[in-house]
Amino acid sequence: MTGIGACHSSSEKSIASEDIPDVVSYNYNIRPILSDKCFKCHGPDANKRKANLRLDIPESAYAALKDDPSLHALVPGDPGASELYRRITTSDSSEMMPEPKSNLKRLSPYEVALIKKWIKQGAKYEKHWAFVPPEPQPVPDVKDKAWPKNEIDHFVLNKMEQKGFAPNPEADKERLLKRLCFDLNGLPPDIALMNKFLADKSPNAYEKIVDELMARPQYGEKMALHWMDVARYADSHGYQDDNYRTQWPWRDWVIHAYNENLSYKDFITWQLAGDLIPNHTEEQLLATGFNRNHKITEEGGVIDEEYRVAYVTDRTNTFGKGIMGITLECAHCHDHKFDPFSQKEYYSVFAFFNSVKEAGLQSTVGGPETYAKRPMMQISNSDVKNILKFINKQDTGRLIVSVMGDSEVYRRTYVLKRGNYDTHGDEVFPGTPKSILAFDPKYPKNRLGLAEWVFDDKNPLTARVLVNQMWGEFFGRGIVKTEGDFGSQGELPSNQPLLDWLAVDFKTHGWDMKRLVKEIVMSATYRQSAVITPDKLKNDPDNVLLSRGPRNRLPAEFIRDMVLASSGLLNKTIGGPSVNPYQPAGLWESTTSGRGQLASYRQVHGPNLYRRGMYTLIKRTSPPVEMAIFDASNRDQCEVQRLKTNTPLQALEMENDPTMLEAARVLAAKVVLENNQPKDKISEAFRRIICRKPTEKEMSILVSYYQDQLQTMTEKNADKLISVGEFPNPAGIDKITQAAMMKVIDTIYNLEEAITKT
Amino acid sequence: MDKEFLEHALSYNRRKFLSKLSLGIGSVALGSLLIPDLLSGIGGDSAGDFIPGIPNFAPKAKRVIYLFQDGAPSQLESFDYKPKLREMMGQELPASVRGNQILTGMTALQKSYPLAGSFYDFKQYGRSKAWVSDLFPYIGGIADDICIIKTIYTEAINHDPALTFFQTGAQQGNRPSMGSWVSYGLGSENKNLPAFCVLLSKGKGNGQGVYSKLWSNGFLDSIHQGVLFSSSENPVLYLNNPEGLNKQERRKMLDKLAELNDLSAKEFHDPEITTKVQQYEMAFRMQTAVPDIMDVSRESDDIVKLYGPECLVPGTYAANCLLARKLSENGVRFVQLYHQGWDQHSNLPKEMAGQAKDVDQASAALVTDLKQRGLLDETLVIWGGEFGRTNYSQGKLEKDNYGRDHHPRCFCIWMAGGGIKPGMVYGETDDFGYNIVSNPVHVHDFHATVLNQLGIDHTKLTFKSLGRRYRLTDVAGNVVRDIVS
Repeated sequence: MTGIGACHSSSEKSIASEDIPDVVSYNYNIRPILSDKCFKCHGPDANKRKANLRLDIPESAYAALKDDPSLHALVPGDPGASELYRRITTSDSSEMMPEPKSNLKRLSPYEVALIKKWIKQGAKYEKHWAFVPPEPQPVPDVKDKAWPKNEIDHFVLNKMEQKGFAPNPEADKERLLKRLCFDLNGLPPDIALMNKFLADKSPNAYEKIVDELMARPQYGEKMALHWMDVARYADSHGYQDDNYRTQWPWRDWVIHAYNENLSYKDFITWQLAGDLIPNHTEEQLLATGFNRNHKITEEGGVIDEEYRVAYVTDRTNTFGKGIMGITLECAHCHDHKFDPFSQKEYYSVFAFFNSVKEAGLQSTVGGPETYAKRPMMQISNSDVKNILKFINKQDTGRLIVSVMGDSEVYRRTYVLKRGNYDTHGDEVFPGTPKSILAFDPKYPKNRLGLAEWVFDDKNPLTARVLVNQMWGEFFGRGIVKTEGDFGSQGELPSNQPLLDWLAVDFKTHGWDMKRLVKEIVMSATYRQSAVITPDKLKNDPDNVLLSRGPRNRLPAEFIRDMVLASSGLLNKTIGGPSVNPYQPAGLWESTTSGRGQLASYRQVHGPNLYRRGMYTLIKRTSPPVEMAIFDASNRDQCEVQRLKTNTPLQALEMENDPTMLEAARVLAAKVVLENNQPKDKISEAFRRIICRKPTEKEMSILVSYYQDQLQTMTEKNADKLISVGEFPNPAGIDKITQAAMMKVIDTIYNLEEAITKT
Repeated sequence: MDKEFLEHALSYNRRKFLSKLSLGIGSVALGSLLIPDLLSGIGGDSAGDFIPGIPNFAPKAKRVIYLFQDGAPSQLESFDYKPKLREMMGQELPASVRGNQILTGMTALQKSYPLAGSFYDFKQYGRSKAWVSDLFPYIGGIADDICIIKTIYTEAINHDPALTFFQTGAQQGNRPSMGSWVSYGLGSENKNLPAFCVLLSKGKGNGQGVYSKLWSNGFLDSIHQGVLFSSSENPVLYLNNPEGLNKQERRKMLDKLAELNDLSAKEFHDPEITTKVQQYEMAFRMQTAVPDIMDVSRESDDIVKLYGPECLVPGTYAANCLLARKLSENGVRFVQLYHQGWDQHSNLPKEMAGQAKDVDQASAALVTDLKQRGLLDETLVIWGGEFGRTNYSQGKLEKDNYGRDHHPRCFCIWMAGGGIKPGMVYGETDDFGYNIVSNPVHVHDFHATVLNQLGIDHTKLTFKSLGRRYRLTDVAGNVVRDIVS
């Protein structure tokens, strides 16, 4: 019996064809098997290696076995003489591999056949694909010459044609617009924009909209949301007492940076090493807040060094996962078990982040002086007026932000045995895993040098990882599905030529983010309809071949934004301190230690109730439930990819959250007062929420529901229903009409399509 | 679930399986509860070799109720009787006993470490002659039903990492909670309630917070997340319909909603749409099931007497114990309670008396109640905190007042039911209550044992995330066979 995962991958094979390829590829066919089944004991981790045998490098795999020199694990060209082949096929349980006690499944007949053929063909090893720098890719020819709109489409269609698939037709204009608006602004289009786009018959109507949306300041907000997850941004320090922190100016900077289209190179370099850039600006220093967003303890009595090491560890792991797309953290306690990163190399990267002038415990819970921890910068009102204009500072109080700054004295770094802060091993020096790219001695041995290494033209990962993250943002799934793991245990790219073309193109055009984004949304691939034909559902359920457009549930924050925007409640203020909108009572109070600013929840009133989701205050030990229910990150640590689940609690939230109900009430009042005919009222509400006109059938269901509600609604119930929320109700409106319409609108908000990018 | 059905289901991938279900083999909601990861958004990452929903061997326990004493109650005033500490009251902790133990910053700079005997007397209870302090007479009264482990130990000495370690098997990081692992491993036993429920209460003692990450699903599907039940009007977040909208009206709305969603399903053929409809149906069932459970008005006088009058006051520990029994009885796999206030760095005698009063009667009542209902055999009850407390006084030692700092090397928990040997005291500590002399039980061993009682081999309950197969027990853990019947 196989596990679910195996079923899943076998479905992928139905796309990738069940046949054994003519030429078996080590990277594509063999390494995934060896990595999953063999490397744990015969791989890079020297401490756990058994029988002194490594199967991840050819020299060891071809060599005479230490236990019996007459045998060889692999004899190129001769499966029969290869001990590896014998061990995976034997039925003798004392000899079989993987060992029964390892709890790893045996190889399937298909996998065995692949290995056999690979050995026959010479058992040739290749460097792991992701550690070889991407090459410029020729744009492939396609049969259907009319379909492609740019290079992306050639790569995608080429793959589809190989597998006998054809692309979906282009999505209708209303759905395209909704998709674009959420992907570029995180907000639904308003009716004026819908009308404008529907009326524009010019050939470049689509491109005009793309340009317009990318020029809006909401573009920066949309792009920043993903980076908040990567950077584990939050408004509290985390840990025991979890008091408030003022790191939000850094968040304002991220939005600004995306809107200014700062190149990815500068975006990352400033965040990693802005403080080390000679004559750096205030802005560059603020950017380094990235590396101080981690949790910081305020629990009295902790051991200082233990926590200081935890912070450095967090930075190292975030760097590995978020920027390099590797599970470097697995080498924190021991050599990596699957990828060629030694524990020593882990601590070489760690060394870059280890000289920060910081303490494990700087202060316990206190007032505003504890809202940032040294090293920190102070932002004055005059800074905001003159240089840091993008910071939405609303008062004249002292504003401090935790940023990076190294101490004058270099702190020596040691391997920490088993990852323990107090068991030093060998001393190590700043460096990088050589299997990715050795650290060039000409680079300074500090974070600035690390940034140069990241953007070294020979670095195989940086560009791929970023374009893949962006691809995932738009398509709901990266070309490499495991966006945080490009290592040997990660998924292989579903279309490597496309990934590499995008990566090379991105690099050679100056790491230009807006250009990359535009390229993606301008493609025919992106513009396809999201309809899943029975054939595609059967043969490509996960849309690996991209033969249809993306259809994904909106992220938590944008669900809130959709509800607020469509009802007209949205407050479009950008940046500033985070706010506390409605939240079920008692959540903070029931979990707090009782200390600090955030011990009890103080809800805001007025316009701040209607800020975008990304401005809801994130208290780490009790993050906003409205968001958590829809899979938002709790910002405990770097996260590159959210789950997308479908649960009953989500249904309850959409049905009963005052935010949703208030929006329905406010929108009901609006459409009731502005239209005469029931159909027009409903149509306007439907368009504002679903972003398209309702079909006749939909209209008839909604109208009959509305009529029913008009008849059955009592004054008493109407009064109760329309009392939700603090936004004032217009005077002189008929309550029964409003309440009946409110229920219709509530139903529309609860449609699956309302919270789905279609 | 029937095995043939599961194998059939597994021979399809996630979406194919769902489309099959929508053709009528069963409901998607049922499928999602039984094999939830079929619905996971990141299918490939969830690829493990473990098949959720099937125990590895015959389980002793079907459900768990974990009475977590948050803040770390002192073992020396509860279940680890150390007369020597009274004899040596005020004398210095011998360096040979302390060894290389690192102390927290709260006492590391203390000039002296005066040993402090328990302010409270101990008595022996039951056939096992278990020593229990006078603070816990009710728990003493069920000594023959429980197994006291005196030698549990941990690696962490601060609250956050220690709690996180107990609840997720790791001190740091976003790992799934124990309850989430159990939900993932065994699925749900019912269609109307979440598989993993969380209840909070507060004592008057020095408190430490709890954190929602303690009941987080980590990298598992969020259907495995602990659902927080509260004593407020909305026992589950957003459970209640708004004022002015009753159940019949909600039904009517859901029918319209289903009709409209169905149109969309016909256009897009996206299985997520059908799933969405089913989730709304489960939400609807929860709206009835949860208030039924929360309603204690039908409990008999005997039950109220058993748990104590506080059990009628929502939000108290006693009320939560009663609620835990009802949830468990209705098939909730894992009920996690937290009672805050056990962090007695000072004023220990007074504060601990208050804390004990909060929990003693109701904890014992829960065990007794389960037993009289014939449910104790299949329900594992766990009682304990995140670490122990020092045998020396933090701050000034007075005759009737002292405090105790954190101590990871040995402390006590107890377990009852679910195939754990009753009437047993396991493990010995030295006369100073500082070091383990025999039968140490590491947190990983504790986790392995709990899973074992549920019929799960802890080395096989794995989930692959970002290239690595994770376990609740990380890479360690041994089942404590001695305490398992």
